[in-house]
Amino acid sequence: MTLVLLFIVAMITGFASVVDEAQFHRPVIACTMTGAVLGDMTTGIILGGTLEMMALGWMNVGAAMAPDAALASVVSTILVIVGHQSIGAGIALAVPLAAAGQVLTIFVRTITVFFQHLADKYAEDGNCRGIEMCHIAGLLLQGLRVALPSVAIYMVAGTDTVNNALNSIPEVITRGLQVAGGFIVVVGYAMVINLMDASKLMVYFFLGFLLAVFTDINLIGFGAIGAICAYFHIQTMQQNINIEEAAKTGGGGGAVEGDDIDDSDLM
Amino acid sequence: MAEKKVTKDDLFWVFVRSNFLLGSFNFERMQAIGFCVSMIPILKRVYEGDELKKALRRHLEFFNTQPFVAAAIMGIIGAMEEKKANGADISEATLSGVKVGLIGPLAGVGDPIFWGTIRPVLAALGAGVALTGSLIGPMIFFIGFNAIRLATHWYGVQYGYSQGTALVENIGGNQMHFLTEGASVLGLLVMGALVAKWTTVNMPLVISEYDNSAGEHVVTTLQSILDSLMPSIVPLLMTFACMYLLKKGVNALTIIVGLFIIGIAGYAIGLMA
Repeated sequence: MTLVLLFIVAMITGFASVVDEAQFHRPVIACTMTGAVLGDMTTGIILGGTLEMMALGWMNVGAAMAPDAALASVVSTILVIVGHQSIGAGIALAVPLAAAGQVLTIFVRTITVFFQHLADKYAEDGNCRGIEMCHIAGLLLQGLRVALPSVAIYMVAGTDTVNNALNSIPEVITRGLQVAGGFIVVVGYAMVINLMDASKLMVYFFLGFLLAVFTDINLIGFGAIGAICAYFHIQTMQQNINIEEAAKTGGGGGAVEGDDIDDSDLM
Repeated sequence: MAEKKVTKDDLFWVFVRSNFLLGSFNFERMQAIGFCVSMIPILKRVYEGDELKKALRRHLEFFNTQPFVAAAIMGIIGAMEEKKANGADISEATLSGVKVGLIGPLAGVGDPIFWGTIRPVLAALGAGVALTGSLIGPMIFFIGFNAIRLATHWYGVQYGYSQGTALVENIGGNQMHFLTEGASVLGLLVMGALVAKWTTVNMPLVISEYDNSAGEHVVTTLQSILDSLMPSIVPLLMTFACMYLLKKGVNALTIIVGLFIIGIAGYAIGLMA
């Protein structure tokens, strides 16, 4: 029964990992669901929260692919709950799993090229149903690429061989991984900041940093402060545009120096 | 001949299908099948026979953008296909042009807003609560994000369809620029706070140890010196280092492995704990 439920949950995270819509593949959701299926939801939630911090910047932008949160979340939860590993070990194990998951999804995304050409053929015949089937087949493959490895690992996770192997990791490694777990999130932050790549806006980043270092404001507070800053920032932009337009149309002999609002660095 | 009209039901099904846009993502034409499948309710309504075949074929061409804002493109193209089916002079090249032309600007707005701001902020909020083991954490993220996402899909399809090509001109305008920059301001401020709040670096390496005049034992560690200068300075520098490496094209997983090695080495020599 657990096996069937685990298979279903893993399929859902696999679907979500490619579709990237409802976010079932994000660690904080995927680990929670896997934990619930394995009978220890609380551990799943805590592991999910920790992993989520690390994976904050894992995103599909353009043609680039994120490390695979789906396989990493489901399998590391299995290893922590069924294999009795620590949360710290679970996080360390998630990294190679995310890389393995990425390889698997690249594999599936290549196979799906075949469905693309099949869809072309169905289009020639005006066969809508056929094209829909190609779409669904691609989706199913993405589900299976998470579900099959997850189920396989679930079946061996409780065995002595796996546990002995995992438990034989020396203390300096496990403690070191825990130490690294404290700051591994900076990679995610860096990815998010780079996405918004706007060096002239970095002043807001420093404002957030300083407020967090020297005050006790919580994240909801930061959201509100951020919204206010955004409001003022947009107001200033609007004013600058007005000034520039006035300078253009008024023809006041360059009395108003046009503010430099260069749009070229927008993404 | 009666006018061919897209119904409310058709738009509803486009909305439903748009939730699976990326399902058959492949390296050749990326979201092409997904886009075509999402458009089928409209195409079937306004075309038949050879016209339908042609329409299916042209929507199997390359397509790739941020999946939530893609719904607006579906609405716009739906409106154009409807006009075309009723005899308007819209060539295949125009349709492709609008489609491909919208990919860039909409991804340019969608990526920083959804992937860069809304998801990390809500995920961090949810994860922060999740660390206490409370189910509220995952729920905050899941419900919050999906409410915003579904609204974007729904209004994207509706608004795109009702505005049609008029929307194409708007997207390049100032409003979108404002929205993107505003979201970046909010996102960056929260990221700055997260760097300080949700990282732990402890460097207990002892620099000096002495008994002061009052007979108290005073231990100065590397961390206490850093804290008196600027708390959280180490994570801040690490963030900048990661940004630099990522810009240089270093794979994120490579950097993560590198940080794990720093953690292990730091613990082994007693620099970190």
